[in-house]
Amino acid sequence: MTTSQVVLAGASKHYGQHRALDRVDLELHAGECVALAGHNGAGKSTLIKLVLGLIRPTHGRVQLLGHDAASRQAARLRHDIGYLPETVALHPAMTGAETLDFYARLKRQPLARNAALLERVGIADAAHRRVGGYSKGMRQRLALAQALLGRPRILLLDEPTTGLDPASRLMFYDLVRELRDAGATVLVSTHALAEIAGHVDRVIVMTHGHKIADGTLTQLRQAIGVPLRIVLTLAQPVPADALPQPWQQIGPARFERACAETSKVEAIRGLGAIDLPIADIDIHIPGLDEIYAHLLERKAP
Amino acid sequence: MNAVLTITGKEIRDGLRNRWVLATALLLAGLALSLGLLGSSPTGAVKVDPLTVTVVSLSSLSIFLVPLIAMLLAYDAIVGEIDRGTLALLLSYPVSRWQVIVGKFIGHLAILALATTAGYGFAGLALQWLHGGADAAAWRPFALLIAASVLLGASFLAMGYLISTLVRERATAAGIAIAVWLFFVVIYDMALLGLLAADQGRTVTPAVLDTLLLLNPSDIYRLMNLTGFENISMYAGMAGVGSQASLGLATLAVAQLLWIAIPFLLAAACFQRKSL
Repeated sequence: MTTSQVVLAGASKHYGQHRALDRVDLELHAGECVALAGHNGAGKSTLIKLVLGLIRPTHGRVQLLGHDAASRQAARLRHDIGYLPETVALHPAMTGAETLDFYARLKRQPLARNAALLERVGIADAAHRRVGGYSKGMRQRLALAQALLGRPRILLLDEPTTGLDPASRLMFYDLVRELRDAGATVLVSTHALAEIAGHVDRVIVMTHGHKIADGTLTQLRQAIGVPLRIVLTLAQPVPADALPQPWQQIGPARFERACAETSKVEAIRGLGAIDLPIADIDIHIPGLDEIYAHLLERKAP
Repeated sequence: MNAVLTITGKEIRDGLRNRWVLATALLLAGLALSLGLLGSSPTGAVKVDPLTVTVVSLSSLSIFLVPLIAMLLAYDAIVGEIDRGTLALLLSYPVSRWQVIVGKFIGHLAILALATTAGYGFAGLALQWLHGGADAAAWRPFALLIAASVLLGASFLAMGYLISTLVRERATAAGIAIAVWLFFVVIYDMALLGLLAADQGRTVTPAVLDTLLLLNPSDIYRLMNLTGFENISMYAGMAGVGSQASLGLATLAVAQLLWIAIPFLLAAACFQRKSL
């Protein structure tokens, strides 16, 4: 299960003085969906271009399915790769179906399957209309359809959900899950962190060309120690000293306490010892956005 | 090879869709027709075939127009695709860079050839129909004009591709393309004339002149059209040059093919190394 589909070992990419990517190590395995998080300019697109072999690393190595990503062997493996660029201007005078046919021919895929693919991304009705008349969301769906041609083993999606409405986003994450369950490796670069959190197995955080975190959400939470918050609502107002430390009153009948990820279970057990009528309990788990903000804060001197 | 054809097919379809071919063909046909019709009045007395006169006027016009059209097609070919993000996407497919550049070039060349042949061909047929009785011999220089125009266009396409591969900005590519066009089409000949006048034949021997003419694709084109056939060169007033010039049609054609191959191979080599 843990076959490395993509490996970066000490990979750097410098443009003159600018270090777009600096000594990054990472591995992507078959059947996992990984979020690549970071600000604009953090090095996300550079990393994807390195994996695609569009650029060569200044130092270190980048391997794709066991071959140097910029080598001829890797170029032959591109049948197995789906790529959705951050911005792509598909030809406005071609129809959606024609656009997909063109890319299917390049991938030597039977054109007969294209109709089903257009159906899957929800633009079958517009297949024979010109791309120039598509909405931004429809163009993004068409771009996604080309990335899915031929059931790729590796999917590299650069900001895939920009311009998509909430329903389209759900469709998109459904598709990603389906592919991942079929054994594909999916890398999704994004800054829509809150949105992606529930859909990925692992998160890699980048800033200024460095990788600053890599792990599951729980691992990141534990490593960083961003506290959870437990909010307790009582049935009736009580005085501030009704509950002991570390509880703090935040309203007439509301108390709050912070607790580390590691002592979460213990804290919840402690709730049983409270001898007051409890109306409600809320546990606020820090989201990806908070973890990300925390990581960047910690990184800054 | 399959990928090359796919890319070529897409370029041709794009050209047809966005009316490039139609607009260019109409422009060339319109110019050829008006030159043919205007040029027919003085030929009445001397009984020169209108098609022959048209070749002379058209070649002087094509020398400006065809390279300009080629440059407009080519300057955007690589840098524009990088800009739009389509090149990175294309190269994420199992196609090599040489397949991309060869496919696009053949596609653009086909567009240019189609527009030129359709435009001039239509005008030629119309002229013959209007005046009637043009002999088959008059068609040969006309066919040569079309072929030479396509070759001229191809050389400027190749130069345009080289420019498009070397620069990072579309605007820069456009500027350089216009400058190159201006240099070969206008400045080079003016400078050459100036040199000939100043030199008075002391150092610029006919052999040197031949070489200097071969160093400019538009001069090769001129020579191909005007000296390729005896009766054409007579009406063009180039009989003197034509009889002195030792350059045969074959030499001119080879030189023009080199003007296509060398810039194109340089463009392909640069593209191979280009960081996206």
